[in-house]
Amino acid sequence: MKNFFKIFSFIILFSGLSLSTQAAEKVEYLKTDWSFKGLFGKFDRAALQRGYQVYTEVCSSCHSMKYLSYRNLAEKGGPEFSIEQAKAIAASFEVKDGPNSDGDMFTRPGRLSDKFVMPYDNVQAAQAANGGAYPPDMSVLVKARGGGVDYIYSLLQGYEDPPAGVTLDDGVYYNKYMYGNKIKMANQLSDGLVEYSDGTIASVEQMSKDVTTFLMWSAEPHLESRHRMGFKAIVYLIILTILVYFSMKKIWSRIETEV
Amino acid sequence: MSDHEYTPKSKFGKWFNDRLPLLTLANHLTDYPTPKNLNYWWTFGGILTFCLITQIVTGLVLAMHYIAHADMAFDSVEHIMRDVNYGWLIRYIHANGASMFFLAVYIHIFRSLFYGSYKAPREIIWIIGIIIYLLMMAAAFLGYVLPWGQMSFWGATVITNLFSAIPLVGEGIVTWLWGGYSVDNPTLTRFFTLHYLIPFLILGLVVLHIWALHVPGNNNPVGIDIKKPSKDTVPFHPYIVIKDGFALLMFMIVFAFFVFYTPNILGHADNYIEANPLVTPAHIVPEWYLLPFYAILRSVPDKLLGVVAMLSAILILAALPWLDTSKIRSAVFRPLYRQFYWILVADVLILGYVGAMPAEGLYLLVARVATAYYFLHFLVILPVLGWKEKTLPIPLSITEPILGGSPNLATAKNKESLNK
Repeated sequence: MKNFFKIFSFIILFSGLSLSTQAAEKVEYLKTDWSFKGLFGKFDRAALQRGYQVYTEVCSSCHSMKYLSYRNLAEKGGPEFSIEQAKAIAASFEVKDGPNSDGDMFTRPGRLSDKFVMPYDNVQAAQAANGGAYPPDMSVLVKARGGGVDYIYSLLQGYEDPPAGVTLDDGVYYNKYMYGNKIKMANQLSDGLVEYSDGTIASVEQMSKDVTTFLMWSAEPHLESRHRMGFKAIVYLIILTILVYFSMKKIWSRIETEV
Repeated sequence: MSDHEYTPKSKFGKWFNDRLPLLTLANHLTDYPTPKNLNYWWTFGGILTFCLITQIVTGLVLAMHYIAHADMAFDSVEHIMRDVNYGWLIRYIHANGASMFFLAVYIHIFRSLFYGSYKAPREIIWIIGIIIYLLMMAAAFLGYVLPWGQMSFWGATVITNLFSAIPLVGEGIVTWLWGGYSVDNPTLTRFFTLHYLIPFLILGLVVLHIWALHVPGNNNPVGIDIKKPSKDTVPFHPYIVIKDGFALLMFMIVFAFFVFYTPNILGHADNYIEANPLVTPAHIVPEWYLLPFYAILRSVPDKLLGVVAMLSAILILAALPWLDTSKIRSAVFRPLYRQFYWILVADVLILGYVGAMPAEGLYLLVARVATAYYFLHFLVILPVLGWKEKTLPIPLSITEPILGGSPNLATAKNKESLNK
């Protein structure tokens, strides 16, 4: 058994080591309490709904979210808008469809089954409209950046005047959390930019937190059921392990060797 | 194969067994005499079998939903993550399963190194194991390309480009591998095909690995030959089955923690960015389990020699049964080898660490020293140690040190004085 714990701690140490090598080159990001972290982490429903509002009113003019559909907004574990609300949201967008029986493309109001409408027709159009920089699709953005949610949260609040000696080209901005500190997205958030219907004060910090929560959900829409199932699975495994341990002891007691 | 003739009890069983001796095989597997002093380091063989089956089963389901096309691969993975029922679970088990597989295989290999399991008469088991390990690396690399993220694409570019180091025909081979003039759709489709094929090759080799194991039987922590069956052995079922099962469950707890709570921590964030041939990531790094060899590759300034060094680092293991000249198997009775063993473990961990760091300055220097030491260990230290080392006296059977409850060493000495 002693030997066993040696192996077990070795595995833990080893995984710890492999994790720490990846975490090298850290910048100190701004910290905030994320409701979705931890064993029982869940999304803050209201924050997701507010985050969606920030996304549609601010981000979505440049950033697409091509893997999301309007139906997702009403699904369990997400912002959980009611079906009617989600339908209304979908209908507020014009969706290009077709060709119809005459062979023509046409636009119609969005439905639940439609993907989020993209701000630009293609990557080239997006680049042309943004000084050559392509605003990345935000569906899995938090998973595609080293610092994850903390990075996005910090970046949104990381705009500063450049320090002396740093010259910026036209259309380039200084952000202390950006890799290389130069970013082509201008500061988008300012206090009171959106008006939250639930009365929350729309400070830059609040909006950053809300929209980042929304992005976490969009990247990991099944996070809540993953956490729930994980807890059950691990508890189940632990109980089974204990039972198997005692039956092993019993079986091996037939011979004089220690397990 | 078995030591005693087995006859099924039922009439049908006998009829069937005379035509296809499956029952004899099953009887052999349950009765298989196993040394009773096997410790928990020996449970990783069973754990690895579990890993292989898990990868094959989850992989089959993923393949039903995945689309091997450069324009659709990334989307289809997101489709699995979002819209396929429990697709996220299957994919996270498969992705983290690869890491768990390698974690287990490294423990398995280093157990073998410590207890001298590769020595006669087990050389063939060992060499089959090395081939399995090579195929595992190939499968892992090919699989990492399939999501068609940035690391997939650029990892594939870097690794396939290694072949261009071959003189004269190198460039031609790379073009042939790619199916074009860059990593593109033809590369992806053939990688998918091969990724699907290799696990079944591994499965076949695992059968051979176990077959070859069942001829001489297991090595054991004391490293001595034992009579089978005897007081030193226990039947595989139920003793080893329950013990392997217990260890497997503990392993699964660690596995489940990764899958459910940190599913992306072993991967690279850049792989959630769709492959873009026009943008190179800042650092191209392989998965953690390939890092030691990546460090060896980069520590040699010449491209061809670097590739040769990296391949030799793996292939040298196949020659290990002949490089290690010591007659004593277990490091328990080799005081000097034991120390060099732990230095080697540290050396490989250091190589893994510098492999993740940029190849410059101090990191590069450390990588070079560690690479040199790696080869020194196998090519110089091991052969010389076999001749020079004063080993401790080994016990005559494994029963006595265990029954006496005293350390092997004391019993061994005791035994020796009795013999005088």
